[in-house]
Amino acid sequence: MASTTAVDVVMPQMGVSVSEGTITKWLKQVGEEIQADESLLEISTDKVDTEVPAPATGIVSEILVQEGETVEVGTLLARIGGEPGAAAPAPPAPATQEAADESEAVAQETAEPAAAPAAPAPVASGNGKSFVSPVVARIAGEHGIDPSQVPGSGTGGRVTKKDILAFIEQGGQTQAAPAAPAAPAAAEQPKAAPAPAAPAVAEQGESLEPMSAMRRGIAEHMRRSLDTSAHVTSAIEVDMTKVVQIRAKLKKEYESAYGVNPTYLAFIARATVETLRDYPWVNGELRGDQIVTKNFVNLGFAVELTDGKGLIVPVVKNAEGLNLLGMARAIADIANRARNKQLTPDDVAGGSFTITNPGGYGTFHGTPVISQPQAGILGTYAIVKRPWVVSDENGNDAIAIRSMMNLTLTYDHRLVDGAYAGRFLRDLKHRLESWVESDY
Amino acid sequence: MAELTYLQAISDGLRTEMRRDKRVFVLGEDVGVYGGAFKVTLGFQEEFGAWRVIDTPLSETAIVGGATGAAMMGLRPVAEMQFADFVSCAWDHLVTVAAKQRWRAGTPVPIVLRLPSGGGFSGGPFHSQNPESSFAHIPGLKCVCPATPEDAKGLIISAIEDPNPVLFFEHKHLYRRIKGEVPEERYTVPIGKARTHQEGDEITVVTWGAMVYTAEEAAKQVDASVEIIDLRTVMPWDKQAVLESVRKTSKVLVLHEDTRTGGFGAEIAATIAEEAFEDLDAPLKRITAPDTPVPFSPVLEKAYIPQVDDVVRGLKELIEY
Repeated sequence: MASTTAVDVVMPQMGVSVSEGTITKWLKQVGEEIQADESLLEISTDKVDTEVPAPATGIVSEILVQEGETVEVGTLLARIGGEPGAAAPAPPAPATQEAADESEAVAQETAEPAAAPAAPAPVASGNGKSFVSPVVARIAGEHGIDPSQVPGSGTGGRVTKKDILAFIEQGGQTQAAPAAPAAPAAAEQPKAAPAPAAPAVAEQGESLEPMSAMRRGIAEHMRRSLDTSAHVTSAIEVDMTKVVQIRAKLKKEYESAYGVNPTYLAFIARATVETLRDYPWVNGELRGDQIVTKNFVNLGFAVELTDGKGLIVPVVKNAEGLNLLGMARAIADIANRARNKQLTPDDVAGGSFTITNPGGYGTFHGTPVISQPQAGILGTYAIVKRPWVVSDENGNDAIAIRSMMNLTLTYDHRLVDGAYAGRFLRDLKHRLESWVESDY
Repeated sequence: MAELTYLQAISDGLRTEMRRDKRVFVLGEDVGVYGGAFKVTLGFQEEFGAWRVIDTPLSETAIVGGATGAAMMGLRPVAEMQFADFVSCAWDHLVTVAAKQRWRAGTPVPIVLRLPSGGGFSGGPFHSQNPESSFAHIPGLKCVCPATPEDAKGLIISAIEDPNPVLFFEHKHLYRRIKGEVPEERYTVPIGKARTHQEGDEITVVTWGAMVYTAEEAAKQVDASVEIIDLRTVMPWDKQAVLESVRKTSKVLVLHEDTRTGGFGAEIAATIAEEAFEDLDAPLKRITAPDTPVPFSPVLEKAYIPQVDDVVRGLKELIEY
């Protein structure tokens, strides 16, 4: 036996609703030395990308999962120290392993003809996680939850009743409960289980790359959101001239005193939070047949990751308690952490309303997709100088050069009516155009 | 309130009913002059006379047959078996006559059989059994198994009042070991109602008799919130209380001192599977004696009767499942 015991590195649990992760990069190779807490590898989950620190100091003795592979939480990824290969008294009993191999082999042999939508052989995982007890099945059904998305603490990772109740308690996202079957005549064909991703084949001139976990997450969420909410977008033009002036003044002050840049986004976010107070349904959600309103604003911000590798929506919690400075600081913090892969899954959960800012490249309009289960998303666009008709206090019209910006509110028309959305935008516009420094 | 042992509480209840109701009398081997095999009726003959505290020949058949006849003629006999094991001698009278008389002829048979039962003192195969499931299986018989002094008194009074044959299983191991506050006045504990011995929300232990205390000890040794349901009466049994608890905890351990196959735990398990399947988060677990006669050897007897450690192990398996 090895003189030192090997330390296992496993796929970490990155938050309550994350069940698997993809190894994107090994930062150390077998034989290299690593210090405890030094980053050993990068992983990508459907919520965040992050680095995994080494649990101990030593030589990387084994790497068991290769880059690009996706494995469940708790899977052994590597070992540090010990003698390569000889380490650890074979955790999975050999018999089980053999059985698993066997069933895998059988599965492969018989896989072809069976067009059945059978899930990709949970048998082979051999960790017991696929077994769902009657009570867990019932609770999952009642809440429209896929039990395989719930982190399990029972034997072999089984999801216990406690696990699923805790998952629900913590707001584990529920899938839209399957709508009650409509009139049988109109019933569509039973949905033939979301096409088990027919193996893509590259035609000439094409190349293939696997979807990252994040991309899969985005794809699933975008589709689900469009299937859930009735998306309608209203737009309004806002004269930002006053904000532009105030920001120019505050920028120096904030940067020298606090090291914080008061971005236009911070101004807009601040005014949005104030306006949401008067329009609770825009900050609300539909949950089953109940309308949920909230006495807090957890404001999500869509942040593009470098290299166009995806988009993440970190959330500023309790944004209603932040003044302009606090808002600017909070936005800078989450944006930084998003780009440096330092977000935790809890940073991206629990939003009640979202702001997206695609105006950076000069676009003046868009129709973003709502982040479920929220009821609205605000789009902010480029501020451009335009000739604009202004009226003085005597009602005389003149054409002036003003800094103009378009805002869009995309809302779930099931909950939010067009007039309500219009009034929200009107009030938001008014707040920005008549910005009172002392109020914010 | 007075602090009584389990045994004193049974005496107290019996005495209360004999003072209140002249139809009530006791009969059995050595219940009079000697005061009963375990002295439950000590002093009864002095107080109530030899006509109401009758020493009988060594014949359980005669005792149960005589009691059945007396009950049919309007009396309220309470018959003592020296050990529950010997009631099998009276099987025919009990099962063929007493249990069925009411259905067959409309005649109530209000007899009570006091059955000192249970092991734990090297009594061997004839003096240690817990045969409640054999009788719970017979329609027309009621089976009562109190665990506390308060329930023992309240249930012996309910048993005497009941117009049907009632088998009163009194656990010998509890006789002098268990003490508790018992109201001095007359009261009844309903037959068919369970008692929550301790509340919890993670695991339900369903048990009765001496095993209630084994469960309590075991529950202290595990890191989980354990609810202990003391059935108190095995027939009729409080299905509703058990199912309610199972719906809350979703994990169940059924514990009894009787042997496993066909033990009453099997009935409970089957009912839970039928009526609470969708509330289960783990396979139901039974902890029972094995399917053998009760051994004499103290070492073997300890291995035979479920011990605290056995229950702890069972609870842990459920916790980890």
